[in-house]
Amino acid sequence: MFSEWKFTAKDIAEKPDLFMSGHRACAGCAPATVLRLIMKALRGPTIVTFATGCMEVVSTIYPYTSWKIPYIHTAFENVAANASGIEAALKILKKKGRIPQEHVDVIAFAGDGGTYDIGIQALSGAVERGHDFLYVLYDNEAYMNTGIQRSGGTPHGASTTTSPAGTVIPGKLEYKKPIADIMVAHDIPYAATASPHYWKDLITKARKGIEVNGPAFLHVFAPCPRGWRSDISKSIEISHLAVETCIFPLWEAINGEHQLSAPSKVMALRPERKKPVREYLQLQGRFRHLFTPKFEKVIDEIQRITDERWQRLLKKCNIA
Amino acid sequence: MALVKQKMLALNGDEAVAYAAKQSDVDVVAAYPITPQTIIVERFSEYVANGEVDTEFVCVESEHSALTACLTAAATGARAFTATASAGLALMHEILYVTSGCRAPVVMAVVNRALSAPINIHCDHSDSMVERDCGWIQIYVENSQEVYDSIIQAFKIAENPGLLLPVMVGLDGFTLSHTLENVQTLPDDLVKTFVGTRQFPLVTTHEGKTVPFKLDPKTPETIGPLDLHDYYFEHKRQQEEAMRIAPKIIQQVHEEYAKISGRRYGDGLIEPHYLEDAETAIVCVGSTSGTVKTVVNELRSKRMKVGLLRLRTFRPLPVKEITKALENVKAVAVMDRSLSFGGHGGAVFHEIRHILYDASTHPYVVNYIYGLGGRDTNPNLMHKIYRDLQRILETQRIEEPVQFIGLRE
Repeated sequence: MFSEWKFTAKDIAEKPDLFMSGHRACAGCAPATVLRLIMKALRGPTIVTFATGCMEVVSTIYPYTSWKIPYIHTAFENVAANASGIEAALKILKKKGRIPQEHVDVIAFAGDGGTYDIGIQALSGAVERGHDFLYVLYDNEAYMNTGIQRSGGTPHGASTTTSPAGTVIPGKLEYKKPIADIMVAHDIPYAATASPHYWKDLITKARKGIEVNGPAFLHVFAPCPRGWRSDISKSIEISHLAVETCIFPLWEAINGEHQLSAPSKVMALRPERKKPVREYLQLQGRFRHLFTPKFEKVIDEIQRITDERWQRLLKKCNIA
Repeated sequence: MALVKQKMLALNGDEAVAYAAKQSDVDVVAAYPITPQTIIVERFSEYVANGEVDTEFVCVESEHSALTACLTAAATGARAFTATASAGLALMHEILYVTSGCRAPVVMAVVNRALSAPINIHCDHSDSMVERDCGWIQIYVENSQEVYDSIIQAFKIAENPGLLLPVMVGLDGFTLSHTLENVQTLPDDLVKTFVGTRQFPLVTTHEGKTVPFKLDPKTPETIGPLDLHDYYFEHKRQQEEAMRIAPKIIQQVHEEYAKISGRRYGDGLIEPHYLEDAETAIVCVGSTSGTVKTVVNELRSKRMKVGLLRLRTFRPLPVKEITKALENVKAVAVMDRSLSFGGHGGAVFHEIRHILYDASTHPYVVNYIYGLGGRDTNPNLMHKIYRDLQRILETQRIEEPVQFIGLRE
């Protein structure tokens, strides 16, 4: 199903960048790192398409572009439909001999707003139809481009501009939607989660998503210092802690069969290594209000839901 | 040149659309079924299922995705087609602008019908008239023969490398979409040759390279970037520039097509009927013109100087042609099958009265809102309108510039 592609850090460093410097991403932007790493996973000619969002905005301010490969953006809620049209066109144009016979990969990128919320219909439709494309969700857990509004991907307890921590309400009341599970429930051939701290795992999974025939979904954790009120030097550290606390476990589902990826497998086999969520939360200003007597119980609730979801995942991976 | 033998088929409007799209060698059809355009999608699905077309059919989950997929397919270099109606077109609203803004030459059949609420499935022009500002060429047809001819022409217009504007072809819901008519059809190969294959204009990339305008890994370019106050305005102006050259291209394609088919619809932009010496005239779009023609012919046989101006191309608006066509008319009734609530009359009325303000002679111009939600528009109503116009000329006075006709009041 997958090639035996092996690579070292040197290989990756030497591979030319296709997502170029000069874009307008903020200091410490993990999504920009994620894009750069994923571009290292390409196997050949590729077309990328973007939903409206931070990365679209920062990478293509006319008359500039950071993209060395063909790129198209149309709107916010439809990036999976963008990919559907591109893939359909490539298929038929190749069949009619109007373009070269070589395979062209299609990658769609969207943030959490464009995936969990406004884009889920187009995504569900495209996956059901079985288009051959990789969908990358770079999840910075709120509408960061427009000013940190809550999305279906915002976690419980996070303060955003539309779920502010007030004197009565401790930030977002609802829980993060299990989006990758929803994709697995579509019988998608390949779904995975990844974190930029584990760059090799991320690139490997992106490559698998590209190689698989049919749709693939890659959910990438992507801290946003502006929205998370975190230090710009801590994005990768936070990406690390998210995995170590099992807030964002790393796994793959190949044809619906779940398996933990190495960094999370360690937590399963040696539970004493699993860190309390508190360590993850305290690095982020969006959770600052939780470290007050009034709202500290929310931290217990976040721990509870994290553990509950972790246990559920272990069952799916036949580790109990 | 002798015309080739054409095949007469009994088709309803929807089937005529599907048949034309089939013959036009469309690469990608992305569509969502919605009354009353459903038959178009169904027929096309059958062509695909029977291997009669070399087309990638993407049966999407919404009209929003239908148009999106057509847009990106066209941007990838494919010939793309979709069809919709009413609520479906409204759902596409956002992407209509994106399609024209990305200069994606998508062709779409719009089976005109009323917008909710109350929910109604029958004909009026509310759905596409509200989209008149979205940067698409709009052609409205009178009958199923014309829709067959116009869909074929639409591909050649939209894909003209100097133009690259999406085209919507409006046909009246049920009146045309579900009514069987004899349609003369051209041989497959002739249509295929006429439409040709897509040619791409050359554009300059951000790296200063000259490349064909499409998504191609060999010649990477960025389509649909963020375009702020420093460039957006110029890009919008370029779209308007394309609209300005569009009438010529529409007419050229119409004329080339007339040469192979023997069929003409006025000059491709407007279709005057007995206007040369007409004192009173009706202006309308869509299938109602068929009814008006019958009435005009009848009144002409009684030596009454009446005429009709059908607008075939509503966007771009053929200003000069309309001015010329109406220059001798003394009283004009503009028919609108849609309503601009709280405005002064309907969309067609706005344009016609506005154009005539700059004309050397100012005829009386009145507006009739008619046929909303599929209300029958019969010859008696047209007789009444011509009588009203006659009375205006006799009294030299307009009593009510905007009226509703054919309803209980």
